[in-house]
Amino acid sequence: MRKRSNWSLPYLIFLIIFVVLPLILILVYAVQDGQGGFTLGNITRFFTDKDALSTFAVSIEVALETTILCILIGYPAAWILSRREYNKSAVTIILFIMPMWINALMRTLATAQLFTILGMNLGKGTLLFGMVYDFLPFMIYPIYNVLVKMEKSYIDAAVDLGATPWRAFWKVTFPLSMPGVASGVLMVFMPTVSTFAISEFLTNNKIKLFGTIIQENINSSMWNYGAALSLIMLIIIGITSLFSKDKEQAEGGLV
Amino acid sequence: MRKFAARAYIWVLLILMYAPLVFIAIFSFTESRVLGSWDGFSTKLYQNLLTGNMQGNASLLSAVQNTLIIALIAALVSMMLGTIAAIGIHNLKGRKKQAITFLNNVPMINPDIITGVSLFLLFVFLGISQGYLTVILAHITFCTPYVVLSVMPKLQRMDSNIYEAALDLGATPAQAFWKVLVPELKPGMISGFILAFTMSLDDFAVTFFTRGTIGLDTLSTYIYADARKGGLTPELRPLMTLIFLVVLILLLVINIRQARIAKKNYIKQKLYKY
Amino acid sequence: MTDTIIDIKHLSKSFGDKQVLNDINLYIRRGEFVTLLGPSGCGKTTLLRMIAGFLQPTEGSILMDGKELAGIPPHQRPLNTVFQRYALFPHLDVYDNVAFGLKLKKLPKEEIDKKVRRVLKLVAMSDYEDRDVETLSGGQQQRIAIARAIVNQPKVLLLDEPLAALDLKMRKDMQTELKEMHKKLGITFVYVTHDQEEALTLSDTIVVINQGKIQQIGTPTDIYNEPVNSFVADFIGESNILNGTMLQDRRVSFIGHDFDCVDEGFGENVPVDVVVRPEDIYFTKDPAKTQFTAVVKSCVFKGVHYEMFVDTDTGNELMIQDYDPYGVGETVQLYIDPDDIQVMKKERVCNTLEGVWNGDYIDFEKPEFSLPTEGLKHDFPKGTKVKVEIPFSSVDLLDDIDGGLTNGEVHFILYKGDHYHLTIRTEDRGYFWVDTQDIWDKGDLVGINIKNKGLKIQPIEDEKA
Repeated sequence: MRKRSNWSLPYLIFLIIFVVLPLILILVYAVQDGQGGFTLGNITRFFTDKDALSTFAVSIEVALETTILCILIGYPAAWILSRREYNKSAVTIILFIMPMWINALMRTLATAQLFTILGMNLGKGTLLFGMVYDFLPFMIYPIYNVLVKMEKSYIDAAVDLGATPWRAFWKVTFPLSMPGVASGVLMVFMPTVSTFAISEFLTNNKIKLFGTIIQENINSSMWNYGAALSLIMLIIIGITSLFSKDKEQAEGGLV
Repeated sequence: MRKFAARAYIWVLLILMYAPLVFIAIFSFTESRVLGSWDGFSTKLYQNLLTGNMQGNASLLSAVQNTLIIALIAALVSMMLGTIAAIGIHNLKGRKKQAITFLNNVPMINPDIITGVSLFLLFVFLGISQGYLTVILAHITFCTPYVVLSVMPKLQRMDSNIYEAALDLGATPAQAFWKVLVPELKPGMISGFILAFTMSLDDFAVTFFTRGTIGLDTLSTYIYADARKGGLTPELRPLMTLIFLVVLILLLVINIRQARIAKKNYIKQKLYKY
Repeated sequence: MTDTIIDIKHLSKSFGDKQVLNDINLYIRRGEFVTLLGPSGCGKTTLLRMIAGFLQPTEGSILMDGKELAGIPPHQRPLNTVFQRYALFPHLDVYDNVAFGLKLKKLPKEEIDKKVRRVLKLVAMSDYEDRDVETLSGGQQQRIAIARAIVNQPKVLLLDEPLAALDLKMRKDMQTELKEMHKKLGITFVYVTHDQEEALTLSDTIVVINQGKIQQIGTPTDIYNEPVNSFVADFIGESNILNGTMLQDRRVSFIGHDFDCVDEGFGENVPVDVVVRPEDIYFTKDPAKTQFTAVVKSCVFKGVHYEMFVDTDTGNELMIQDYDPYGVGETVQLYIDPDDIQVMKKERVCNTLEGVWNGDYIDFEKPEFSLPTEGLKHDFPKGTKVKVEIPFSSVDLLDDIDGGLTNGEVHFILYKGDHYHLTIRTEDRGYFWVDTQDIWDKGDLVGINIKNKGLKIQPIEDEKA
């Protein structure tokens, strides 16, 4: 162990066993039939299964809607929190990010219970409402982080060059905050498109999401079809993560 | 006026966000089995929780215990594995470094359900019977990347020669590691540990797929099963309330401490600058 | 006990296929102040780190007091290092940083205390015991780094560019202090720097290193007055380096004139490099003494002397330093003492490369590129190994790094009175030497083209055949 670069070896082996190999296994199981022979049947089955396809469409739709709602509600909040003239207290920010640290299932359960008590019909509306509830902090925090670290002199320069505050915001602040938005999108879209328990709680099992189908298949020992569905989700995730590059940078350190 | 609108927006959001939590907290102080009906003020549910004499499903307490044990072990192992890995990665160069950094990012980007399903398939493939061990291994898998990311910046800011300096002054490699590297990396290791711990506490999907069929429950899987049965164990209400409070206090303490350290350093700098 | 404390024999070091040090032979005397001097990337820090034990030699050995050091880990070697950016431990205060090594040796507390206080006094930092190292200025951190090393009473103190991070004034002060400290402590100092002035000021012995090889070992005076090659001449102090021809013993021709000199044994009519220090060119009014005339182009006061550039009657540019200024445009008469003309063998007279004739191309391995054979008046069977000699003036440098046969980085620049002589380093650590009138800067990336002019191609006889 003279060379310290060798210290990465144990973790590399760990990563290969617990990250690379499992992902390969998803691919392997996805193209196998029950007896271990090669087949593309699992994948074609998805594309011919009307229920699965419509669930897939609903999942994407709900995830997109949740993400957009989170941006619309979260961006102004992040902006206000990042401005000293509106918010001087660190406690407000802590209150906004605290839900990130609490078990999502617990929060969702509380939300669903409140909806029931208030006599609301559990369905698409409550699903969206609940999802936004759950994931709003994950949108606010990265945007806030980028905004608060942004050099104030950029805006001063824009105003100095004759921009109105409104134009300065759209021409300078907003474009510069895009990395935060991107990582917010990643942190909201990914879990919403793949969630299963949350949607069950919020709709009383009325609306099925893609994650639920994966879970049902795996739990009823239909591993091959479950793996094929997971593979499809992996592809979606891969495409989404291409849109966000500076994830870690925007997330920053919380503790 | 604009200031008022901005503040109002923030407070409305906060009130909406916290309404369910406050609602649970209020009803944790009544004995009623059904959530929403008020049977008068009582701390009976708290007493039940503390004495283990439950109205509902008694396995709640063992679920809490499992959750804490799993989180503690996973966070400790992740902290050690991740710190050593970060030192190694930091000393790597070029393509090797890029490759392992990419692999380190994969578990963070992967949705829980994919991590869960893929690890489930791994354990099936390897023929490992699932239970405590597999859940802990799975948690280490998704926790360690966060430790690596917390320790990395500390390494980057560190003078690359201090390990050599310790050796040069007569420290054995082990002494150099414990007396110089670890103290330098400690802040990063601690925040990595806290991140890993909360990640593990938070997890539902990965545990769900890797716990096997031996009836191992964490708080998340307990809640999930409980809610699916339609009921809601009343003692969950005080438990949730306590968890909210603990997290809130922890976050406040950490942030206030940080602010105080920052202030102290600032004053020190000022004092010594002449 | 012999006089030699460190003996380095045939030491080489490679990282992968990059050779950083090549057959280093060097001995260091007890109590000596030795400086390893060279441009960045020359391998001097690598050499120091091998002595300290942080790197293992690829070949060769390092002996200390006659004992092989290989296999002894750094923490068991009786030497200490002062690191480039100090490498103080930020989590420890000044006292604990200095006491670090002593505590590891488990010395009694009172003894540690005594030693730490004594050494802090030596570096004039007595009042700083409890201070956080990060609140110290650069110069203060420097002192603590030295204190932390010498408190362990090493036989040899290794210093890796210790003053590089300080500002000029601080650097000058610390130079004086280091020199005094060396006298007081009486231990051997091995000092690494790229600053020739620092080396001249501090050292008993200077080891000039370039491209992984020792160029010259000597006292500061030796190295300054008698550089062995144009690299050393250019790197140490200011100098005029000129192409010349050794006519016969004690007679050399350069800048279009013939001069008497003191060098012998080069042969007749041999191309040589000639070095003349700017302070060794004298002005005279006496026509009998005058060897050549020149026109003053510029004159700048440098604090003690004036620095002038003149154009000689034969069109060469020379730098001259003198205590008296001469007016710009003035025609002056000049002479050089035979003693002050330093004649050096040319390291090379052209680029010599070995490659394989492949019909349309000659393929070279290092630097790796292919030369089109179109227009060359040679023909060999395919696969013939050939030696190609390319005159310095037949290598063209291009702004467009992809516009030539290969590319590289301007590594070293020598002004030779009427042209520049450049060393170009390719990515695979091959070298081209180029004569050009164009001005390039060190570090410029350039495309390299070969002109089909004056190329000499010869087949290499296969050893088997």
